[in-house]
Amino acid sequence: MMKNKATAVLGWATLIMMLTAIYMVFEWVPTEEDQGIVQRIFYFHVPCAWVAFAAFGLVAIAGVFYLWLKEQLFDDLGYAAAEIGMVFCTLVLITGSLWAKPIWGVWWTWDSRLTTTFILWLLYGGYLMLRAMADDTPEVARFGAVIGIVAALDVPVVILSVRLWRTIHPAVLVTRAGEHGLEDPRMVITLLVAIAAFTALFAWLLMLRLSQLRTRSRLLIIRRDAALIEAAAQEYAGNY
Amino acid sequence: MEHFNYLFAAYSIIFIVIFAYIVFIWRRQARMEIEIRAMEERLKQLKAEVPSAEAKSAAQK
Repeated sequence: MMKNKATAVLGWATLIMMLTAIYMVFEWVPTEEDQGIVQRIFYFHVPCAWVAFAAFGLVAIAGVFYLWLKEQLFDDLGYAAAEIGMVFCTLVLITGSLWAKPIWGVWWTWDSRLTTTFILWLLYGGYLMLRAMADDTPEVARFGAVIGIVAALDVPVVILSVRLWRTIHPAVLVTRAGEHGLEDPRMVITLLVAIAAFTALFAWLLMLRLSQLRTRSRLLIIRRDAALIEAAAQEYAGNY
Repeated sequence: MEHFNYLFAAYSIIFIVIFAYIVFIWRRQARMEIEIRAMEERLKQLKAEVPSAEAKSAAQK
C-alpha cells in the first residue's frame, strides 16, 4: 500500500504535523479564561469540521465532473471523499457533544448549527449506504453524483447557520461584531497548525482510499476475466 | 483541571476513530491484494487448461 513514495512522504509529514499540533494544544497554547481546559477541544473540533466540509465540497465537485466527463476517476474521488467526510463529520458531532455538556449543560440541543450538521451527516450517510448496497454500475455512479451534489448544498447552510438563525453555538473565526474571538495570538497559531495537520491527514487518507478503489477495480476486472475463462474451460471440458 | 475527563474523552475518541479508519483501510486493501493474487493464480491455471483441452481435441481428431 505504501509503495507510492508520495503517499509515504505525505504520511510522515502528516504524523509530524499532528504531533506538533498535539504539543501546541496541550503545552503551548494558554488556557481560555471563561471555559477553562475543556476549551482545548476547540483546536481539533474545528479542523474536523473543516475536513468534513472540504471533503463534502470535493464530493460535489467530483460529482459535477463525473456527470460531465463520465470518467471513473471522478466517481472514485467522490466516493472516497464522502467516506472520509463522514468519518470527520461524526467526530465533529461527538467532540461537539463532549464540549457542549460541561459548557451548556446538555449533550445535545436542537440548535441551528447542530441540527444542520446532523442533517449533513444523515445525507452523506444515505449516500454511503447507496454506494455500499448497490452494484458498481454507471447508473448508480450517476445517481450517487447527483445525491453528492445536492447534499453538499447543506455545507454553506451549516456555515451560515450561526448568522441566519438564533443560536447558542459560537461563530468560531469571526463573531457578529467582526472580531475573531481568540484573544491570544497563540490560540490562532495553534488552530492554524491543527487545520494544516488535518488537511494533510485528509489528503493522505484520500490517497490511500483512492489507491484502494483502484485495486478494487482491478479485482473486479480479474474476477470478470476469470469467470469468462472458467466458462470457456467448462465448455471445452463438456465438448471433448 | 476541571472537566479534564471531557477533554480526555474528546481527544481519545478522535485518535481512536482515525486510527480505526486507517486500520480498516489497510486490512481491506490487504484482503483485496490476497484475493487478486489468488485470482491471478487461478487465471493462469485456467489459461493452461483451455489450450490443453484444445490440444486433446486436436489429438482425438
